[in-house]
Amino acid sequence: MSAPVGPSATTVTPASTASRRNAELGLLVFALAVALAAFATLGLGVDGAVPARIGSYAAGFGGLLLVAHLALRRFAPYADPVLLPAVALLNGIGLVMIYRLDIAEAASAERAGRPAPAPDALSQITWTALGVVLFVAVLVLVRDHRGLQRFTYTAMAAGLVLLLLPLVPGLGTRIFGAQIWIRVGPFSFQPGEVAKIALTIFFAGYLVLKRDVLALARRRVLGVDLPRMRDLGPIVVVWLVCLGILVFERDLGTAVLFFGSFVMLLYVATERRSWLILGTLMVLAGGWLAYQAFAHVRTRIDIWLDPFADPQGAGFQLVQGLYGLAAGGLLGSGLGQGRPDLIPVAKTDFIVDALGEELGLTGLMALLLLYGIVVERGLRTAIAARDSFGTLLAAGLSFILAIQVFVVVGGVTRLIPLTGLTTPFLSYGGSSLVANWALVALLLRISDAARRPAPPPVPETQEALTQVVRR
Amino acid sequence: MNRPLRRMGAVVMLLFAVLLVNVNYLQAFRADDLRNRPGNSRTILEEYDRERGPILVDGRAVADSVATDDQLRYLRRYPSGPLFAHATGYYSYVYGAAGVERAENDVLAGNDDRLFVRRLGNLITGEEVQGGAVSLTLDPAAQQAAAEGLDGRKGAVVALDPTTGAILALVSSPTYDPNALSSHDGGAIRGAYEQLTADEDQPLLDRALRETYPPGSTFKLVTAAAALESGRYDPDSEVPGPAELDLPLTDVGLPNSDRAQCTPGSDTTTLTNALRRSCNSSFGAVGLDLGADALREQAQAFGFGQEDRTVPLTTATSAFPEDPDAPQTAQSAIGQFDVRATPLQVAMVAAGIANNGVVMEPYLVDQVQAPDLSVLDRTEPEELSAAVSPEVAAELRAMMVEVVEEGTGTNGQLDGVTVAGKTGTAQQGEGEPPHAWFTSFAPAGPGETARVAVAVVIEDGGGEAEISGNRLAAPIAQDVMAAVLGDGG
Repeated sequence: MSAPVGPSATTVTPASTASRRNAELGLLVFALAVALAAFATLGLGVDGAVPARIGSYAAGFGGLLLVAHLALRRFAPYADPVLLPAVALLNGIGLVMIYRLDIAEAASAERAGRPAPAPDALSQITWTALGVVLFVAVLVLVRDHRGLQRFTYTAMAAGLVLLLLPLVPGLGTRIFGAQIWIRVGPFSFQPGEVAKIALTIFFAGYLVLKRDVLALARRRVLGVDLPRMRDLGPIVVVWLVCLGILVFERDLGTAVLFFGSFVMLLYVATERRSWLILGTLMVLAGGWLAYQAFAHVRTRIDIWLDPFADPQGAGFQLVQGLYGLAAGGLLGSGLGQGRPDLIPVAKTDFIVDALGEELGLTGLMALLLLYGIVVERGLRTAIAARDSFGTLLAAGLSFILAIQVFVVVGGVTRLIPLTGLTTPFLSYGGSSLVANWALVALLLRISDAARRPAPPPVPETQEALTQVVRR
Repeated sequence: MNRPLRRMGAVVMLLFAVLLVNVNYLQAFRADDLRNRPGNSRTILEEYDRERGPILVDGRAVADSVATDDQLRYLRRYPSGPLFAHATGYYSYVYGAAGVERAENDVLAGNDDRLFVRRLGNLITGEEVQGGAVSLTLDPAAQQAAAEGLDGRKGAVVALDPTTGAILALVSSPTYDPNALSSHDGGAIRGAYEQLTADEDQPLLDRALRETYPPGSTFKLVTAAAALESGRYDPDSEVPGPAELDLPLTDVGLPNSDRAQCTPGSDTTTLTNALRRSCNSSFGAVGLDLGADALREQAQAFGFGQEDRTVPLTTATSAFPEDPDAPQTAQSAIGQFDVRATPLQVAMVAAGIANNGVVMEPYLVDQVQAPDLSVLDRTEPEELSAAVSPEVAAELRAMMVEVVEEGTGTNGQLDGVTVAGKTGTAQQGEGEPPHAWFTSFAPAGPGETARVAVAVVIEDGGGEAEISGNRLAAPIAQDVMAAVLGDGG
């Protein structure tokens, strides 16, 4: 509850006030080296030779990372030094895997006598570049994250509009049953990816304003503190919006994402567990309603319960993904030596299964730990932030990332029912990649403010002030 | 806000821990299970990269692989089409494998330990790994005769070499073309498979090994064997033979199929005559006298009740009822009530009698060969049990010869060869047509060594009485025996 009030109460210890930018540079070089090694291994696995393009890959990807690093040095020198390298490594591995799947697709097209499809790795590296540009832009434009608080309601409006865009006739397109894409000319875009940032800004801003009301005004019913009905308003609205997404856009993942992070932020802001209980009850109620009313939700649950009931039909994607993981085993088949192309939509939703096949359990655990590190650094930023808005925003952004990873990875490994979400930084897809780079830029911006050394106390000023008051 | 934040951190850690545990479970513990799932096209794709070994019958390939230039490097072919379908099974990258393709997959795919040294050699020389060959015991002529005899009617034929247990014919009808399931066209495979599974006649079902039927009067051989083994009967013993046997505890009787006395004008008859005329009343009475336990023990000595029999195809378990009361025992003694037998089991009874009372373990795989066809392993004939003494076997043989020469099984006769046999008609229930059975062996003269034992069943054979077994099933057995004896082997 109590925000630090003076320099002596700051949660940032003096040891961490060093900018640590050189450590970051070292880690970035390491991340680049791992990605290049993966690229070389892939070439050896497929052709028995290191790919000729490794030089341009190193220059291109390495250049982008250097740009991001220099932007941090210039605009956020005290930002967390681990976030960028961790994200860079995930992005790099994703690029290699997408390139690897390109090769497999080209090979099977050649066998079938069809022309090879356009390689997706090229556009993914373009999207990476755009992501880095946006990353820099966020750092330049948002000099102080507290400024975003002014856009609380604007962010809400923007978020809702973005969420609803795919439902506009002529603009939205349905892909794999979910209507979460818009198409303008040759470009397709998933507005939900940007909406998640806008809505997190709204959640954080709104809760900073209302936290006291939400925390204190309550009634006690049967030993549980219940919020007042009118304070229940926002949670019910968000719940309804999520149900709406579920129904009209058939997007299970986004619904879970928003509702989960909103309830979690409510809890963080108010420290009242009753919100969690209420939120859980509403998730259960919403889930039950959806299961009863909508065939597509029921199908997902049934597939989850027994994917092998119809391994050639409804369960096909999940079953092939599980076979991929099993084929990988402990150490994986090695990059370029498995058959990840047998996994449906391996470049997007199921990329984790494809990686699990070729990198094995070992590689997959490393990737999951990498995500764990990103989320953990984000939460540390939230704890270290000196203002409530910064805390809530950092917590929201980190948590939304965490749920997204959990929902996707849990879905393709049959821990929970499958939902259609991308794996942050790994999956092929422009909107997701660009939005996540912007998300990380915001986190870094908050961490820069949190870790920046406070101006030293100036006793003379205090004395002078005392004198002024006396006079 | 730090306390809830820390809790949130703990929740996130928990979520990631659950993910980690789950991938460990999948990739370390469940992996083998998932890899070996039938229908896992990945494992099969890997196998398609090697030349799979052939399945041979009499030196000719009934399943082989040819190189192609599409995504799967080798195509599996079955040159004889449906003829050997239930023995070879299919090899489908959509539905996995069945039959010998499945049972001997390790050898055919080249993974078997017996091929290990060669594989190591290949690794060094860089030569492609090839699968080993599997030779079956089938006799092509007998197989052909059985398939032609069934002619698409629902039923099955099993022929055994009584002295070894080698399976000479294994036919289930209707059958299917394994080529349709083993092509490289996924859509066509699925279409063919769905059509086969939707077919009411179940062409994919191996009726010879995997289906059990009431054995009907062919089970009287087991009852007769139990009677003779008990020492209280001989072939000339007088046994009851009324038109209908009164069953204790009930007001229904056990009638003879022609509703006539076994020996006209007498309520008794000899055991030999009872078998020759297939009298229900006589065998019901003998069964009651011996008791259910004696019948079950005799049945088990012939192989009933043995679970997990593999030849190496898995077979259904033939069964004698657990705890029948007196009328049920009488019913069971004539192969009705809950007695169930596979055609293989019925053939094993005949083969056991033919082989001086010793039942041999049935087997379908003769040899396992390396890619260069050098023999790696040969199945050695094995005794399953001594079901009856040689004396009893000789008595049963003589009684069965009577059946064919002047009893209910005259359609099983062969020119110049003594044939022993037994007909059967198995009621299924009110209003349903009975199954027609015939089981036999030859040559069956005193002191001759029988070379073939056969069981034939035709589902829903129709008609009444023993006539249908003789009319429908016996001619098929006759052709199969002639095919085996005729090729001089």
